[in-house]
Amino acid sequence: MLKKLSIAAIAALSLSAGAASAAGGAGHVHDVDFSFEGPFGKFDQNQLQRGLQVYTEVCAACHGMRYVPLRTLADEGGPHLPEDQVRAYAEQNFEVFDAELDDFRPARPTDHFPEGGDPNAPDLSLMAKARAGFHGPAGTGMNQLFKGMGGPEYIVSILTGYTGEEKEEAGTTFYENTAFPGGWIAMAPPLYGEDVEFADGHSNELHHEAEDVSAFLMWAAEPKMMARKQAGFVGVLMMVVLASLLFLTNKKLWAPVKGKKFTG
Amino acid sequence: MSGIPHDHYEPKSGAEKWLHKRLPVVGLIYDTIMIPTPKNLNWWWIWGIVLAFCLALMIATGVVMVMHYTPHVDHAFASVEHIMRDVNGGHMIRYIHMNGASLFFFAVYIHMFRGLYYGSYKAPREITWIIGMLIFLLMMGTGFMGYVLPWGQMSFWGATVITGLFGAIPFIGEPIQTWLLGGPAVDNYTLNRFFSLHYLLPFVIAALVIVHIWAFHTTGNNNPTGVEVRRGSKEEAAKDTLPFWPYFVVKDLVGLAIVLVFFFAVVGFMPNYFGHPDNYIEANPLVTPAHIVPEWYFLPFYAILRAFTSEVWLVQFLSWITGGIVDAKFVGVLAMFGAIAVMAIVPWLDTSRVRSGRFRPQFKWWFLILVIDFIFLMWLGAMPAEEPYATLSLIGATYWFGYFLVILPILGVIEKPTTPPATIEEDFNNHYGKPAE
Repeated sequence: MLKKLSIAAIAALSLSAGAASAAGGAGHVHDVDFSFEGPFGKFDQNQLQRGLQVYTEVCAACHGMRYVPLRTLADEGGPHLPEDQVRAYAEQNFEVFDAELDDFRPARPTDHFPEGGDPNAPDLSLMAKARAGFHGPAGTGMNQLFKGMGGPEYIVSILTGYTGEEKEEAGTTFYENTAFPGGWIAMAPPLYGEDVEFADGHSNELHHEAEDVSAFLMWAAEPKMMARKQAGFVGVLMMVVLASLLFLTNKKLWAPVKGKKFTG
Repeated sequence: MSGIPHDHYEPKSGAEKWLHKRLPVVGLIYDTIMIPTPKNLNWWWIWGIVLAFCLALMIATGVVMVMHYTPHVDHAFASVEHIMRDVNGGHMIRYIHMNGASLFFFAVYIHMFRGLYYGSYKAPREITWIIGMLIFLLMMGTGFMGYVLPWGQMSFWGATVITGLFGAIPFIGEPIQTWLLGGPAVDNYTLNRFFSLHYLLPFVIAALVIVHIWAFHTTGNNNPTGVEVRRGSKEEAAKDTLPFWPYFVVKDLVGLAIVLVFFFAVVGFMPNYFGHPDNYIEANPLVTPAHIVPEWYFLPFYAILRAFTSEVWLVQFLSWITGGIVDAKFVGVLAMFGAIAVMAIVPWLDTSRVRSGRFRPQFKWWFLILVIDFIFLMWLGAMPAEEPYATLSLIGATYWFGYFLVILPILGVIEKPTTPPATIEEDFNNHYGKPAE
């Protein structure tokens, strides 16, 4: 309960900050060209794996992802890790409480990611969708529609938006952040660049790390995105074919009824 | 069924005769789908089929989701995520259901404005119109309660705000609010009764849809000219009409398929565009979102609700004359329901003897402003409750009431309509030429 309350307090903080920004200046969210944008966009499997590494080594220290089952790391359209790797990953990184054992045990693929250790850190399962926001202009959401700007952009902007300024209020340290509504965030800068070593030798500059983990969080929030887009594409295509056939049927059906206005 | 004279079902074989004598169900279906339909219907008439499709789609996807959803405050949010992540095809089913609600309201608004333009509400179709308004009200109730079920932040706070409106009714408001919620505040008992009603009401809607169809099958469809089908004889009627099957079924399906192209594009590529991101945060009674915004389809009426602040002289006057019993909130609630009520009684407010807006030169412009006003109010409903939006909302709300209560009654008297064609056949032939012999 205490934990819930503190999460609530943090959420309240960010939301009231949101209100303040609606009156004053909203946080600045910049556009990132993610591979998964647009009707044909796909998750970059390597990027998701790098993002998982950033999440595991940095974010997971405080945050949790309680709605995401560990086994889905093996899913196609996601990080797509081999199953034995998922098993090893779960075992090595997380402990979960087992009610049957009445004790903690290493996590298995059938478990979910655990809840966060820090009660002030909100759960990240759905953060990329919960912060999708209508990032301008003028609350119309056009940037979301045409540039695909949404939650992942917000997360990148937060992670790269620290100015280095700090202030203390009522015993809490706040960090100035250009993306956070209201300008001051309670989360200390989690990434500085070169925080993790990627196995694939990919650059670990700050903005690369931020983009990778944002892409991973987008997958965590919307794991079926690629299946969904494919289904959407099939649906659109089938309806176009059906509409065309029906249009021709309709034309033929009505032809005897409609005379020809100019020639007949 | 009375109505336009046409051929009826004649059982031929022995088995058909046997069944028809005991249960004339084939005859009923035959008469329903072979109804003579004005042959000059334009593409604005396809939305009825789209709406019927929406209702079926919502019930089908909803029934499947109920198999996996848990109506409890501790489990509702997680069970929706379970549907999104674990249930086979669950993410598509839920996104179709979510966006199906948007399509449903989009279609119903076009359907209603089509009726308002072509005078479909006028005698003898008042009952069809009134039933339609009841369906619309039930749709709003069902949509609102459905939005509460995922138990996100907007679910919870939307429920708090909307049920709070009933609390604004003097004297009996609070007991009504408690009765709606099942307790003192939005909680598990609220979620349970909303779940129950969200499952029930669509079937009530389905029943009313049958009555709606029955009513206009009795009077016959309206059409773009507003001229009635000739009913002197079967031959005369046949000159003005074509049977619903196959002519209009196929035409309506063309329309539906085109609508579905866009629907699947939304579901597949931008399924959360019409939703509010805050609903992906689990409900929390201790945290109020910065802006509580209803779904887009409620926004015009929400804007009318908020237009009547305590700054408005009408509110101040009503408050003064009732000794403070009526306050701004209550006036807002009355205005919101009033905005729907004036639409419902429009058959008796419109005094014009010409039915279709096509032959009313001045009406056309007032109607166009009404459509713009509706979209304007929709935008205002999404804006924060501050100036200049409050004043603009008041202007928008004033036009809405003015259109129904002042403009329509007066316009019918002072306007000089042009002459509609004598028959539907004439209108059709003017457009397409005489059919080839």
